[in-house]
Amino acid sequence: MYRYDEFDSTLVRERVEQFRRQVARRLSGELTEDQFKPLRLMNGLYLQLHAYMLRINIPYGVLSSRQMRTLAHVARTYDRGYGHFTTRQNIQYNWIQLQQVPDALADLAAAEMHGIQSSGNCIRNVTADQYAGVAADEIDDPRVYCEIIRQWSTLHPEFSFLPRKFKIAVTAAPTDRAAVQVHDIGLRMHRNPDGEPGFEVVVGGGQGRTPFIGQTIREWLEPADLLSYLEAILRVYNQDGRRDNMYKSRIKILVHQIGADEFRRRVEAEWAEIRDTALQLPAAEIERIRAHFRGPDFATLSDASDLLEQQALANPGFGAWLKANMAPHRVAGYAIANISLKSLDAPPGDMTAAQMDAVADLADTYSNGEIRVNHRQNLVLPSVAQRDLLPLYERLVELKLATANIGHVSDIIACPGLDYCSLANARSIPIARQINERFQDLDRVHEIGEVTINISGCMNACGHHHVGNIGILGVDKRGEEYYQFTLGGSSGADAALGDRTGPGFSAAEAAPAVEKILQTYLAVRHEGERFLDTYRRVGMQPFKEALYGAA
Amino acid sequence: MALLKDGRPHADEYTDVSAGTTADVLNSTAGPVIVSLQQWQTHRDELLRRGTHLGIVLRSDEKPDALSSDLEHFAVIALDFPTFRDGRAYSSARVLRQRYGYAGELRAVGDVLLEQLHFMHRVGFNSFLLESDNVVAEWETAASDISVWYQPTGDGRPTAIQQRHAAG
Repeated sequence: MYRYDEFDSTLVRERVEQFRRQVARRLSGELTEDQFKPLRLMNGLYLQLHAYMLRINIPYGVLSSRQMRTLAHVARTYDRGYGHFTTRQNIQYNWIQLQQVPDALADLAAAEMHGIQSSGNCIRNVTADQYAGVAADEIDDPRVYCEIIRQWSTLHPEFSFLPRKFKIAVTAAPTDRAAVQVHDIGLRMHRNPDGEPGFEVVVGGGQGRTPFIGQTIREWLEPADLLSYLEAILRVYNQDGRRDNMYKSRIKILVHQIGADEFRRRVEAEWAEIRDTALQLPAAEIERIRAHFRGPDFATLSDASDLLEQQALANPGFGAWLKANMAPHRVAGYAIANISLKSLDAPPGDMTAAQMDAVADLADTYSNGEIRVNHRQNLVLPSVAQRDLLPLYERLVELKLATANIGHVSDIIACPGLDYCSLANARSIPIARQINERFQDLDRVHEIGEVTINISGCMNACGHHHVGNIGILGVDKRGEEYYQFTLGGSSGADAALGDRTGPGFSAAEAAPAVEKILQTYLAVRHEGERFLDTYRRVGMQPFKEALYGAA
Repeated sequence: MALLKDGRPHADEYTDVSAGTTADVLNSTAGPVIVSLQQWQTHRDELLRRGTHLGIVLRSDEKPDALSSDLEHFAVIALDFPTFRDGRAYSSARVLRQRYGYAGELRAVGDVLLEQLHFMHRVGFNSFLLESDNVVAEWETAASDISVWYQPTGDGRPTAIQQRHAAG
């Protein structure tokens, strides 16, 4: 994986010391909270309901075991012993003291991590396919371009005061695991007719109050032109995006209002002016960064399916975990192992410091010291020899991290909600828990099969409810928490926004409503048909009847 | 207010008449003035006949393209920040410097925060109208806090990529 050189580490170190001076000025009263606010936001520090919250970037979701131990250390030393992994592959600490933030950031900087631009109206942490570099279906390693984008966007002087926040996601596989169509910019690598890899550029996707699926403005972009093209898009958005209303300031509104064709025309005109400048990526730089990701030399192993089958027969728990939590690795004899952070023991995405340390050790033992964070708030050990899966599983069971539910009904995305967040209208975590409690029988969970449930505690949609197969949105109805349901959303290559079922449900009715939806699905599905496909085939009617009674 | 230009305090010889009426503009002091885009477009000939240095201020919703063929007439172009959150002038500055080759004074006015001076300097501003008693010290801090630059912005600072792959 990428390691900082002297330039990268100098910048992050200098940034910490700059913020240390700003915090001192705030603590001495020289800066008011109003004056301090933009400075702290640019370093990832929010003021929430009960305390400051510090958000640290995990660039494109890639962590070394050493970095994971540093995250554990920060949780233990400066917070209450745990951290929360987010849908943007970042981590948040919810109970940090202002005077300790500079020290926490210095410790993180020593492990090549930072919170720069994890909030504010700027280019946020770039996200990617969590299987990047090891996926069997990948064209190229998207991390190479993610790192190039990370550096280019860091302290970009022109684009640090955009109309609104800006999120870029990258995938290089036909299966979209990075939700690129619901990002401000989504980059999808594919090959042109000559077989050369390049990027399809999708703009104007997004969730929040006004969700949109992004639109393609360029079918194929040569990788060397990546930064000039991004800069052209950002310049058009910076100049033409709305600034009069923060709810209409995202790029999706601009693209929607002027249309994708006009937006493309403006971008291409701008690009023509800046294409042949120093923004052109030198091949030597692409190669320098690529070399970092070349990764370990994998052992020559033969496929161990037979062994795994025998082990699964002897240990049904292991069998269920294999079935739900594995993904195919590009190298024979290896597997990608997902670690679910969706057990009943903690809110979705939460992890204790002890668990973080233990996962770091497991990564060292079984996965070349590498860990990934995915946008569904789970972890990944990207390269595990198939013959090591059973001992890995046994250790995960001891750590309460072996839940066999990846991509299944209890693998729920939930934002922090009203338990933590000052924007929320309703709680998310208890609803996730109630659903999870109903689906503890793994046989039943696996019988239901692939389905995503996403919960947001307000219309800002941090829990991605629009693109959940079952989406749940918490609203405030005359002082009471209510939950509106949508069906049919997806963030994959078949991205779609969900359709409203009808009136909302009280907190007590939410989990039973999920139950009714899934019972209906089981009753009408065809053999082997996923929930999403059944919904697309039969439409809303049977689900509506189950939820609200026959009309 | 204090004017900081090229890192040093600077006496401001310009009178900003951009908010005034037409009569104010034409009868104002004999010295150099800063006018609005609208004043420039309506009184171009009168303003040129004054024979003094001219400056112009662009609001954040006015694009520099409106000046692309008039740049020779302006010794100062001021770009306004109605609030520090309005970042349009960063793009305007780069377009003026890099696309149109404007070489005169590029001045940041309005809600200019010390923490933004470095970004502003990187996109081409070389002067700043500030509410501060200690502009030089503030400038020196702002300019030296960060010494690594990833983006080529035309400001002459070598980027990390350029330094990594410098010949030899």
